[in-house]
Amino acid sequence: MSNFLLHKFNKKNQYLVSIILILCVAAVSYVLSDFIEYKVVAFLLLVTVSLIAMFFDIAPVLVAACLSAVVWNYFFIPPRFTFAIQSTENVLLFSMYFIIAMVNAVLTYKIREVEKKANKKIEKETTLKLYDTLLNSLSHELRTPISTIIGATDTLQEEKNKLTEENRSELISEISKASIRLNRQVGNLLNMSRLESGFLKPKKDWCDIGELIYDVVNQLKDTLQNKPVEVSIKENIPLFKLDYGLLEQVLHNLIHNAAIYIPKYAIITVRATANKDNHLILVVEDTGDGFPEDEIDNVFEKFYRLKTSKTGGTGLGLSIVKGFVESMNGTIRLENGEEYGAIFTIEIPAEYTYLKDLEHE
Amino acid sequence: MNNHMEILVIDDEPEIRKLLEITLQSNDYKVKEASNAREGLSMAASHPPEMILLDLGLPDESGHIVLEKLREWYTKPVIILSVQSSEEAIVKALDSGANDYLVKPFRTGELLARIRSVLRSSVSEFESPVVSSNDLQIDLALRTVKKNNELIKLTATEYNLLALLVKNEGKVLTHQFLLRTIWGPSYINQSQYLRVYVAQLRKKMEDDHNAPLHIITESGIGYRFV
Repeated sequence: MSNFLLHKFNKKNQYLVSIILILCVAAVSYVLSDFIEYKVVAFLLLVTVSLIAMFFDIAPVLVAACLSAVVWNYFFIPPRFTFAIQSTENVLLFSMYFIIAMVNAVLTYKIREVEKKANKKIEKETTLKLYDTLLNSLSHELRTPISTIIGATDTLQEEKNKLTEENRSELISEISKASIRLNRQVGNLLNMSRLESGFLKPKKDWCDIGELIYDVVNQLKDTLQNKPVEVSIKENIPLFKLDYGLLEQVLHNLIHNAAIYIPKYAIITVRATANKDNHLILVVEDTGDGFPEDEIDNVFEKFYRLKTSKTGGTGLGLSIVKGFVESMNGTIRLENGEEYGAIFTIEIPAEYTYLKDLEHE
Repeated sequence: MNNHMEILVIDDEPEIRKLLEITLQSNDYKVKEASNAREGLSMAASHPPEMILLDLGLPDESGHIVLEKLREWYTKPVIILSVQSSEEAIVKALDSGANDYLVKPFRTGELLARIRSVLRSSVSEFESPVVSSNDLQIDLALRTVKKNNELIKLTATEYNLLALLVKNEGKVLTHQFLLRTIWGPSYINQSQYLRVYVAQLRKKMEDDHNAPLHIITESGIGYRFV
């Protein structure tokens, strides 16, 4: 609340508002001065200063405190309409008012500062915790392949003569796999920081959805090994104006995820259709075990990993998927199939054209 | 033909230079190395190589600028090797005259294939008008396309698109370049036509148009014929 007000009024306006508030209270008190005593007016002014102190910066608050003292003196302390004070009691009262107003202003401001600091600390702790999770999963995800590479090269260099040809080529293939994994994780991190920077701007161009899907499936051939991917694309689906690279990454992550986590016998299906509003609908589903119902809401969170998942994975893949889909104004939803498997459904509104059927020659 | 062809490597990372040196030498190329833009430009000028492998992130000058300077006089192939993977950087390099672009980390096999391909097309420009690629035969003089010795019927635009790709075999042609050359400058942003014609071409000439072997998609950048 206080932050909100601080943001809403810039410095200049804070001065203005403080002065106007004090003058208003003074004016109202002045009108009612026949009914209320000048000591009560002092109390009203003090309350006003405190209120201002709760929301504004220190400088405007001090200005308000001084102004209120002057106004009180001039308009209310007898003799009125002069700055002179006759009775000793009133001199004492006035100085006390002045001090209390100042101390009040400063103290309220200080309390707020402390509060702010405490909030910042809490914020910092949550960020730190997030960083911890990140560092843990990162160091695991990066160090595992690095260890493989270092270890394998050491063995290859040192035990030249004792290694069988078979072991040697196996070590080399491990190095190769580890490097590809490392490269993948770096890609994930770069994508995440693209998202976090807030500067991700989709570059839209006409996309042939069929081309895109098969492109991704062909890229993932090695990861998929023998797991079949069924592709079903609605006949005469229009061309959509979308960012090919982003959509490619989205599909890549979803299919890659499925390929890694589903059991051997399961299959993956990718479906593309256009709904009645001509939005692009992409569905990636599998016949694996699905997701635990109570964790479905969390899977798109950054660094979130299923409680049951084995080691490995940074928990970035699906959050990148969600970020990229949303950057194109789309939505993504995850649900479990009625009998088995997980169903990811993406809906993206986009410009479309049915030019596909035109043969204009 | 590639007996001791000379390749100039301009890259500031010693590891990459080492890797390229070993890989290229073991494939019968002669390798010269430069570690920054200034050195690279002077080596290219004093003894022009058959081909240049250029890194974009050089310490003294951007590779984009080096490429532009080279292209003022150097007509042989230049392949860019860079960690920059954004579509803008790739399209920019291709538009300023790079023959090809490989993102680091790259696979050695892929690099060698691209090198072979750009060297071949730079030599074979005036050779026979018939281009063969596995099951395909394209006769640029007779304007015919045969698959497994059977004539494929193509519309005029389909043929023009295919011929353009074939003449630049192995090279990535950007969407804008294809649209400007085939359809004209006012079509530069009308990539929908390109999508449709590429899909039609693939249906007619690929064994499996969903796993194309000849017209390869370079996502967000363009197409290449292999």
